Amino acid sequence: MKTILSIKNISKSYINKIALQDVTFDIPEGCIFGLLGPNGAGKTTLIRIINQILIPDKGEIFFYDKKLSLNDLIYFGYLPEERGLYKKMKVCDQVIFFAQLKGLSKNEATEKALLLFERLNMKQLWNKKIEELSKGMQQKIQFIISIINNPKVLILDEPFTGLDPINIMLFKNEIKELQKNGTTILISTHIMPSVEELCDRIVLLNNSRIVLEGEVYYLKKKFKKNLYEIEFEPPVNNILIAHNINYQIIETFVTSYGTIIYKLKVNNENYSTKDLLQDLIKTGKIIKFNEILPTMEEIFVNVIKNQ
Amino acid sequence: MNVKKIFIVLKREYIERVKKKSFIILTLLSPILFSLIIFVPVYIKVVIESEEKVIAVVDSSKLFYDLLPETKDIKFKYLRDKTFFEAEQEMVKEGYYAVLFIPNNVLSIPTVTLSSLKSPSINVKLHIINSLKTQIEALKLIKNNVDPSIIYAVKTNVNVNVVKINERGERKTISSDLRLVVSVISAILIYIFIFMYAGMVFKGVLEEKTNRIVEIIASCIKPFHWMMGKILGIGLVAITQFFAWIIITLLISFIIGMSLSKTYLMESLIQNNQQLIPFNILQQSQLNFSEILKYFNKIVSLINFKVIFFTFIIFFVFGYFMYSAIFAAIGSMVETDSDAQQFTLPITLPLLVTILLLSTIISNPDSPISVFLSILPLTSPVVMLIRIAYGVPIIEFIISVLFLIAAFILFTYFSGKVFRTSLLIFGKKITYKDILIWLKS
Repeated sequence: MKTILSIKNISKSYINKIALQDVTFDIPEGCIFGLLGPNGAGKTTLIRIINQILIPDKGEIFFYDKKLSLNDLIYFGYLPEERGLYKKMKVCDQVIFFAQLKGLSKNEATEKALLLFERLNMKQLWNKKIEELSKGMQQKIQFIISIINNPKVLILDEPFTGLDPINIMLFKNEIKELQKNGTTILISTHIMPSVEELCDRIVLLNNSRIVLEGEVYYLKKKFKKNLYEIEFEPPVNNILIAHNINYQIIETFVTSYGTIIYKLKVNNENYSTKDLLQDLIKTGKIIKFNEILPTMEEIFVNVIKNQ
Repeated sequence: MNVKKIFIVLKREYIERVKKKSFIILTLLSPILFSLIIFVPVYIKVVIESEEKVIAVVDSSKLFYDLLPETKDIKFKYLRDKTFFEAEQEMVKEGYYAVLFIPNNVLSIPTVTLSSLKSPSINVKLHIINSLKTQIEALKLIKNNVDPSIIYAVKTNVNVNVVKINERGERKTISSDLRLVVSVISAILIYIFIFMYAGMVFKGVLEEKTNRIVEIIASCIKPFHWMMGKILGIGLVAITQFFAWIIITLLISFIIGMSLSKTYLMESLIQNNQQLIPFNILQQSQLNFSEILKYFNKIVSLINFKVIFFTFIIFFVFGYFMYSAIFAAIGSMVETDSDAQQFTLPITLPLLVTILLLSTIISNPDSPISVFLSILPLTSPVVMLIRIAYGVPIIEFIISVLFLIAAFILFTYFSGKVFRTSLLIFGKKITYKDILIWLKS
């Protein structure tokens, strides 16, 4: 896949703090990319550098193959974590103002804004003042502002903070829709289930450095602990299950509807899933077999703790 | 420089502010209030005081019968057979404005009594005083065998025409009285204007910072361009308001002026500005209206309003740019109004000192301190406006403007640096040390 953004050896220090040290990674075109890390890891600094709000002390960013310049900002959409709007200004004027700053003409901006307002069922807000809207509605307006210029790269810094579940769902659907239409999305978030649901790749920052990088699926595989969950319909040959040196039983329990669930940990590296399944079939009737992969949250905590 | 983006910000700043109800109300009401302050007293004088006032005269000395001069609105009725008491009794019935009682011994003790239902106007009192004074003086002269016409012939008014000569030998006539008023008013106006609109820039930046709009804006436009758009937009608001005030004031003046008799208006204006007319003219036994009008026109024509207006615009524009760039930087560094005080004080201190030195500057507009303060960019807008009415050598004027423009460029450049860095700093108190580091970076 073609690389849309290439972050090369970016370093940035503030007066008393190193924010980023030699950060290098690529963002493939058309993917949803998660920028993860605990508070103070340097995520927002990196996002601001990509948006050219801050200048890095060292390093470069490439947009496709060219060094990123101020003129490229028209291809970017940005929903910052610290967000706000002009309270006394009308919604339509505000959206058109920011769209014009992103290089659209007034007519293009109006046309595009009307389309987006219609798609998100927000046409009734068109002539309202920002101060008359709820926080969630204001956030939706900001989201519209960030996508009004049909960005090639959309940067979302904590996009789900302060939203109710319905709006979170709406935002997620919009993000998926944008991806389908070719937009590359960079999300910085603490909400790990969203990362799992949306992101194709992630970078994990800690103490200003990259500590983990890769595709979500392969990272989960990499951090798996060889745990399996198997559900049997009684009767089960308990003795046969218990006497296998390749795994150990971590947990057993009977469900309210009478089935028995075993949680196993495979100890032998050469003992494959196929081997396990073959052995277990002999002990009873399996109705569910599941390899337990770590959640992104577990990977996140695990990696950060080990740092 | 991305001119298009600066223009977009400028347009937003301008339209949003000009659309505000508070702007419309202030723009419309200020000249109306200003006109009312000027014209209500004039109107009262012209319309209310121009009613004919008949003053009954009871002259016990019998010296002044038919001798007191009458005006368009002041008439005298001599009650030869009535006592002062009887005349007072008839006041309401006969519709007298007042009763003037001249005692027997008025030549030795020149005190008369004016009795009226309401306090007599100052004009009436002045007219009676001047008329009696002239008559009494004439009577005394005749009594001493001196022809009054000789006295009036030798009476001399001395006027000093102050002439200023520059290095090239060019001569300029100075009239200081009205100049003083014009210079102080224009200096105060420029001070108010600069701080009013630079304050608007400060408030605007502070609002964007506290509302957290800054980051989204900073991702669309360079902070420096944004700052320039904002300063230019609000500057345009200032110019709009300024010209709207001038036009509305002129319009109101014209309408009111048309509705009042021109002569009455001028007469009243002069009477309102009697303090501007030299004492020696007031002392003349007869107030010659046409002479006063001539004098008034002369002193007005001596003031070069075009130069003052031009100076006002130049120094307002660059003074506003310079102060608003500084104020924008301060606005970007703080999160509340009160936090800003530590930064605004050193900036406004030179102007405060200037205000304290105002009387020194006015009394000696060409002294070294006045010249220095009119060149120092932080004080020049106010001090130059004071000096300009008295005449400033062209070279000093040019140096002052150049220094102001240089300071504007320098402050805008450094403010831009501070603005760019401090805009996204939240929850941290910024110190002078931080500013120094940013400026060095």
